Amino acid sequence: MLRSSLYELLEAVVLTTAAFALTLILFGAFVAYFGHNPLDVYYVLYLGSFARSISIENTLTQAAPLMLTALCTAIPARAGLLVIGGEGALVVGGIATVLVGVHLAGFPFALGILIMMLAGALAGGLWIGAAGALRQYRGVNETISTLLLNYIAIAILNHLISGPIRDYDQVLRTASWSIPETLMVGVLPGFDVHWGLVVGIVLCQLLYVAMRQTTFGFGVDILGGNERAAQLAGLPINRMVLICCFIGGAAAGLAGTMEVVAVHGFASDSLVVGFGYAGILIAFLARHNPMAIILVAILLGGISASGGLLQRRFDLPDATTAVLQGILFMMVLASNTAYGRLNFLRPKGI
Amino acid sequence: MSSNPFKPSRRDILKSSANVLAAGALMSVLPDLANANGNVTVGFIYVGPRQDFGWNQAHWDAAKKVAAIDGIKVVEQENVPETAEVEKVMESMIELDGAKVIFGTSFGYWKHILKMAEKYPDVLFTHIGAIWKEGDPKNVIGYRGYTEEPHYLCGMAAARMSKTGKLGFIGSKPLYFIYNNCNAFVLGAKSVNPDITCNVVITGEWNNPVKEAETTNSLIDQGCDVIVANVDSPKVSIETCERRGVFSCGYHSDLSSLAPKGFLTGAEWNWASGVEFVKAFTEGKPYPNLKRGGFREDMVALSPFGEAVPEEVRKEVLAAKQGFIDDTLQIYTGPLKDNEGNVVLKEGEVKANSDVPFKLGVKFWVDGIIG
Repeated sequence: MLRSSLYELLEAVVLTTAAFALTLILFGAFVAYFGHNPLDVYYVLYLGSFARSISIENTLTQAAPLMLTALCTAIPARAGLLVIGGEGALVVGGIATVLVGVHLAGFPFALGILIMMLAGALAGGLWIGAAGALRQYRGVNETISTLLLNYIAIAILNHLISGPIRDYDQVLRTASWSIPETLMVGVLPGFDVHWGLVVGIVLCQLLYVAMRQTTFGFGVDILGGNERAAQLAGLPINRMVLICCFIGGAAAGLAGTMEVVAVHGFASDSLVVGFGYAGILIAFLARHNPMAIILVAILLGGISASGGLLQRRFDLPDATTAVLQGILFMMVLASNTAYGRLNFLRPKGI
Repeated sequence: MSSNPFKPSRRDILKSSANVLAAGALMSVLPDLANANGNVTVGFIYVGPRQDFGWNQAHWDAAKKVAAIDGIKVVEQENVPETAEVEKVMESMIELDGAKVIFGTSFGYWKHILKMAEKYPDVLFTHIGAIWKEGDPKNVIGYRGYTEEPHYLCGMAAARMSKTGKLGFIGSKPLYFIYNNCNAFVLGAKSVNPDITCNVVITGEWNNPVKEAETTNSLIDQGCDVIVANVDSPKVSIETCERRGVFSCGYHSDLSSLAPKGFLTGAEWNWASGVEFVKAFTEGKPYPNLKRGGFREDMVALSPFGEAVPEEVRKEVLAAKQGFIDDTLQIYTGPLKDNEGNVVLKEGEVKANSDVPFKLGVKFWVDGIIG
């Protein structure tokens, strides 16, 4: 038992390392084609993402919302659903936060934040939960419905901020009313990364434990592995799907809350910047493991953090980082096919 | 050196490998050294691609002018969203590239610029909204041109060229400057043809080429034969007009090359004030915290006329431009009604072109606008 889990760990480390090494080689060839020394480019990637404390802050700031939106795809995926509605859930979470937050002037800080977080999580949870319900009770494909719900959420946001909740004092953009200044959480003490990072890491760990150590998580894994088997075992499938969708949506909704209470203070089209879609990528790279999401989000955060420096130092187009992410995505997916086939690693007897 | 390059001696090999090692060692510090040779580094941050035939390109044009100053090195980053990310980009430019001046060229950067300006008091920040007010950090400059002035001139040319008497205006968001641009466009048109009308469509997005093309087509189908698009990149709209054989006006930067046949003229920004700011800052001279202006202050420009525009129209438009320079021509003059019949300005009432508080409050469409 111990030997086999050691083997699994070794396998994951070897395959991931190989995928990364191949990615770096291919990306090196790509930049060399454009006349840049790959070693220079790697150095700048490192400089921009992890070399200095401001680089690390940059990386973690980029990673923070992605951890939460990745959960929106990862948790339902464990139950066998493909949910791509993180963008919309984030937006409704942000809207709910503002709608509740503007009425909280004078509330104690902690209570106010808690209420706004609950509002964001509830809105996001119900948003994706609705897609789960449509699937279980009406047979609507959840991938299509969550994709379309993204557009609906964005349309609702645009409607609200250009009329009903518009703050006309913001002359240069259409934005909602702001939440009270006293209820902004800002950045971590002594470290210029906003509190969304803490929320993301804590939630990923909680969900890791919930998915690994509870009978509910065990049941979800059975459901994700084989729905018929889960049915035969008498598991409450509908309820489990709804709960997974709710949890995923709540995580993305919290991402919206954190954008509002830690960064903007209001809802605007700055909520619609692709965090939800980047989260899908991260969930798949992390193979829907909440703990791995933390690492992958930091990794991709690092890539986008250093992407700016690549542009500035080598005059490479912004799409360069998308190329790097794309190669990485392909390599990790390709390496997934090699699981269970590395016989040379396997100790004798298992 | 004796050696045949194809048969290197041991010494050659040693030497060349030493070179490789040295180059490698040097290389790893090069990116830092590259900026440390006494130059002042200036960072430009764009919200979209800088070659967008529009908003960002207008700033890129200014960046090229700044880069042409002696001893100035420009670093640029595109596609930076208006989130916490832009703060990190500014910090990265300041700390890793040694930037001393940061140009934040999108509205939504404002809050983040204020935050960074307090954190880095030695760095100069500029923002294109011109909403700096007393109490904001002194190392911040807000600047912006009155694009309603060139829109007025576009409207004159449009009315002279239109056969149907119907113009089209595509706006991105319901914001004060979009109202002003459209009103000025129509008031300019009405100054030469009082019966002209203008259909307005607001797309709700800064940048949505599909919607902009659909809107352009629909305006043409309704009979509009001169169209101006106030979106981040009017490229798609102008190209659609050209294909459909109607006239178009540009916005942001010189877009005359997009429509050789149908382009009339365009309303351009002139962000080159950035050059003054950078010079003043590096030479230790005072700089304004707020700079606004139109033709008079050389902060806006008119695109070159397209070949379709006859000489007498050009003369008429340029005369009006001189009126803005001499401050003898005002856009908002009474009597003026909005398109719901409410009186905005009474007979004899005039708002100066520099009356920013009035313009900030404009939320009406003038008479003649449909939509």
